[in-house]
Amino acid sequence: MEFLSALLSALPGAVAQGLIWGLMAIGVYITYKVLDLADLTVDGTMATGGAVCIVLMTNGVNVWVALACAFLAGMLAGFVTGVLHTFMGIPAILAGILTQLALYSINLRIMDSKANMAINPNNFDLLVSLRNVRAVTLENPIFVAAVFTIVVIALLYWFFGTALGCSIRATGANPNMSRAQGINVNRNKVLGLMISNGLVALASALYCQYQGFADVQAGRGAIVIGLAAVIIGEVLFSRIFHNFALKLLSVALGAVIYYVVIQIVLTAGLNTNDLKLITAVVVAIFLALPYWKSKYFRGKMKVPAGKEVTPHA
Amino acid sequence: MLELKQIYKTFNRGTVNEKRAIDGLNLTLEEGDFVTVIGGNGAGKSTILNLIAGVFPVDAGSIRLNGTDVTNLPEHKRAKYLGRVFQDPMMGTAATMGIEENLALAYRRGKSRGLRKGISNDERKLYKEKLSILGLGLEDRMTSKVGLLSGGQRQALTLLMATLQKPDLLLLDEHTAALDPKTTDKVLQITENIVARDHLTTLMVTHNMKNAIQYGNRLIMMDAGRVVVDIRGEEKKNLTVRDLLDKFHLESDRMLLSE
Repeated sequence: MEFLSALLSALPGAVAQGLIWGLMAIGVYITYKVLDLADLTVDGTMATGGAVCIVLMTNGVNVWVALACAFLAGMLAGFVTGVLHTFMGIPAILAGILTQLALYSINLRIMDSKANMAINPNNFDLLVSLRNVRAVTLENPIFVAAVFTIVVIALLYWFFGTALGCSIRATGANPNMSRAQGINVNRNKVLGLMISNGLVALASALYCQYQGFADVQAGRGAIVIGLAAVIIGEVLFSRIFHNFALKLLSVALGAVIYYVVIQIVLTAGLNTNDLKLITAVVVAIFLALPYWKSKYFRGKMKVPAGKEVTPHA
Repeated sequence: MLELKQIYKTFNRGTVNEKRAIDGLNLTLEEGDFVTVIGGNGAGKSTILNLIAGVFPVDAGSIRLNGTDVTNLPEHKRAKYLGRVFQDPMMGTAATMGIEENLALAYRRGKSRGLRKGISNDERKLYKEKLSILGLGLEDRMTSKVGLLSGGQRQALTLLMATLQKPDLLLLDEHTAALDPKTTDKVLQITENIVARDHLTTLMVTHNMKNAIQYGNRLIMMDAGRVVVDIRGEEKKNLTVRDLLDKFHLESDRMLLSE
């Protein structure tokens, strides 16, 4: 009983966190699923967005302008990875790791060499804040994050339905065919990486407001959480969600489910220090599920009556 | 139309696997030529198609299309002039996208892709009409994912995509090699219909001598990276597989002796 009430009181926080990370996971979806690239830049951009946002806000910049700047900073990081990958021919994973490494120094520069920076919700107009998580107002971060999710999904749905967006999807689906149809595959990869990292930085900016501080370590392991959300969403909803917008929604829901599961595990008494280990285990299991399903749980084929195959003696 | 001058291409230069794939090849195609290309494995048939398409650059020589020098143009820019169908049915279409989406991608070949709708309702009508000409029933499955189609259906669709915007040159790289004989005939029939209807200049690589004779107005045989036989007009019409085999052996013997 005590466990249930503790869980219930922690649940709103988990949902809010999940929704904000859902935006980040949608960014990961764009590279991992749409472009078929494993982009590790996000471990850096998940700190950059927040750093840019908090520094600008503490210097008196409007929150929306700060968010826009965080988004642009993320796009710039994505651009760098894209150039490393396409123009310089570095494999995507390595290109992402290089940018991520460089971003650590850049993030420290942005935050004036401080490992973390606080922002006081009393003095600043924050869009989302941890302390409103149980408030039944429009300021509740769950509501705000849900609105962001819907707007982002709507924009992406529109964009990936345009001629340009379609060509980006084609780039991920079949680069050979894309080139044969006159699509500039390299430009599209850079563009996709920019959009993806812009979104991750936006999520980062929201997350730092939610927590009330920016941290140079905020992005550590972010890619794993993003992948977890993508994969959980896919495993659970791929049978019912076929439309592109719904697929993005399933990613957002995947992130929420991930944070709820983590909350349950924590409430059950596991140490916060074990969180990364738990995350890795959860992601590994969800990654293995589709494989196991196809290998060990194939649907038994029904042989039509009268056509039973009798094994040779 | 197409002018290849003194083309050279060597793969894996400076290694034990060094292979001179194209060796000073010259070839000129006239407007409306339907040229079939035959030759043994490693003769350079596919390589020359890939060089024309810009998949990889030439070591030396020049490629002109309709008077434009495209030698140094990247693949996606050359696509404006070219329609291509590949040997592997998986290669010409995006499996995870719908039939109409694939066609819409092809419809914008050589045009700018902006923030307008990726596919309009007028286009859908056009695609439906074009698909019904194929006679495969694909016009009723416009939103189906291409991954669900058979190899033959995919090749027919790729052919339609390659010619949706009239290409200056159609490149067919053994596009029936992965199909069964019946489907091969069907796809070749569709090919011939489209080429004739749109008066397309075409370069078709094939392994099948019968097909090479049956289709097109001109036949070239390649060996060791060069054109060794070039037959057209009346002579091509009266050609038999027997003649072709004789020429083939003659040429390979000559090559052996010269080495």
